[in-house]
Amino acid sequence: MVKDLSVFLGDLRLDNPLIPASGTFGFGMEFLPYFDLDILGSLSFKGTTLAPREGNPVPRIADCPAGMLNSVGLQNPGAEHVLTQEIPALKKHFHKPIIANVSGFSVTDYVEAVRILSAEEQIALFEINISCPNVHGGGMAFGTDPAAAAEVTRAVKKATDKPVYMKLSPNVTDIVSIARACEDAGADGLSLINTLLGMRIDPLRRRPVLANKVGGYSGPGIFPVALRMVWQVTGQVRIPVIGMGGISSARDVIEMLMAGASAVQIGAAGLRDPLVFPRILADLPDVMEEYGIQALRDIQRVE
Amino acid sequence: MTLTRSERLAPGIVRMVFSGPVPKEIRPGQFAQILVEPFYLRRPISLCDWTKDSVTFVLREIGEGTKALAGWTPGRRADLLLPLGNGFDCSAAGDRPLLVGGGVGLPPLMGLYKALRALGKTPQVICGFSSGKDAFLLEDFHAAGCDPLVSTLDGTLGLKGLVTDLMEGLRFDSVCACGPMAMMKAVFIKAACPGQYSLEERMGCGFGACMGCSIPTKNGMKRVCKEGPVFPGEEVAW
Repeated sequence: MVKDLSVFLGDLRLDNPLIPASGTFGFGMEFLPYFDLDILGSLSFKGTTLAPREGNPVPRIADCPAGMLNSVGLQNPGAEHVLTQEIPALKKHFHKPIIANVSGFSVTDYVEAVRILSAEEQIALFEINISCPNVHGGGMAFGTDPAAAAEVTRAVKKATDKPVYMKLSPNVTDIVSIARACEDAGADGLSLINTLLGMRIDPLRRRPVLANKVGGYSGPGIFPVALRMVWQVTGQVRIPVIGMGGISSARDVIEMLMAGASAVQIGAAGLRDPLVFPRILADLPDVMEEYGIQALRDIQRVE
Repeated sequence: MTLTRSERLAPGIVRMVFSGPVPKEIRPGQFAQILVEPFYLRRPISLCDWTKDSVTFVLREIGEGTKALAGWTPGRRADLLLPLGNGFDCSAAGDRPLLVGGGVGLPPLMGLYKALRALGKTPQVICGFSSGKDAFLLEDFHAAGCDPLVSTLDGTLGLKGLVTDLMEGLRFDSVCACGPMAMMKAVFIKAACPGQYSLEERMGCGFGACMGCSIPTKNGMKRVCKEGPVFPGEEVAW
């Protein structure tokens, strides 16, 4: 029997749950040589800020067991350029709902960037990054305090009619309290997790590998942490959750949906192998058959 | 692809030949991303030479990943992404290009030399090593009809000194260089003519998606893996 891969994020229907994660997919163009972007359920584009950013000095990348560290630091061309240049180029190749990932250094930054990008019809929802570990004086600071997370949520909700998902940091003692604060402040959904703060040291040079010294750890090594956090949060909120963190296979997708996620994002795995998206998509029906699943959206959160 | 040959050319320098289908359009200076399990990120290695059914790399064991790669034995199946990056633009190199290689920066100049010759140009190759025992690929250049000038820091092979010392009195109308940043900067300053310089940086994906290897240039931020690794000399923020 034909398997049903469609899922819902609130009222938004996606043909399948696969979404490239922000910061690992640019604005889509780099993946054109590898597969047809329209096979994806959606796409979360590169974290965009109000003003253009050059990001951190290199080295920004370090290999590590079962994953990688990055300290890119939100290099992006700014909201106006994204609206007028990047999205029109993407739309020539991508006809599915777009997720706009937005970051900021003040509440006003978030609001202004969201206002600019709201003009784009194909943007189906906003993913508000309050969890970037690689920038100073913003980013993650909003995602580690429930009151600050709620303040950003309320301000962004007022600035747009589109659904607002808050992207949460795992670098907190109690992610559930942040998740609830966002829900109570009116968030339409949540995305989790961002990268885990990590470090590598070059023993020969006796200094950190990354110029920024620390960076975000992503890849299969963080999958169990991500799964646990998604499971904890979905047990305590009623809004939909997009689950991410180390997903690399069709089985991982099923596990994340069983943890309570409504859709998934894939990041590091696509940097290691751009063909991971078509491969997971091709594997999903067989894996669903193996576990007796007819429709992905029927998957219940495990207790 | 399948590893068909692996041989040590000098201390820490290994030549590896992989067989399998090779994309038609390869430019000298482009690179491959090789998956070296159990390491997570692929390792970017410059293409040295290629045919329609094989690619050759000459790499230096520099870290854990390249050490593991150099230890592979023939017959091993390998997962390569290629060709990646923006290589040398042969048409932008003049009729008498000077090719400058420093250490393990030399290998991509082999493919470049052959491509330039195929266009009827007369490239001159000069290269520098620490010592004579570290030299490699010279016989291969001879076999390709080239007589590279060599310098070594200790004078055990060729001229004692730097590649810039070899440049004295040479006539050339453009430069193509690959090697340590300090060498390329010295070459850029001395050459005072149009040039293309191949840069190196720690990479994530290797195909432009992660922005992990973005560097400031005189024309703004550029990705070494995508807009590079070869950049016009005037664009590099020396």
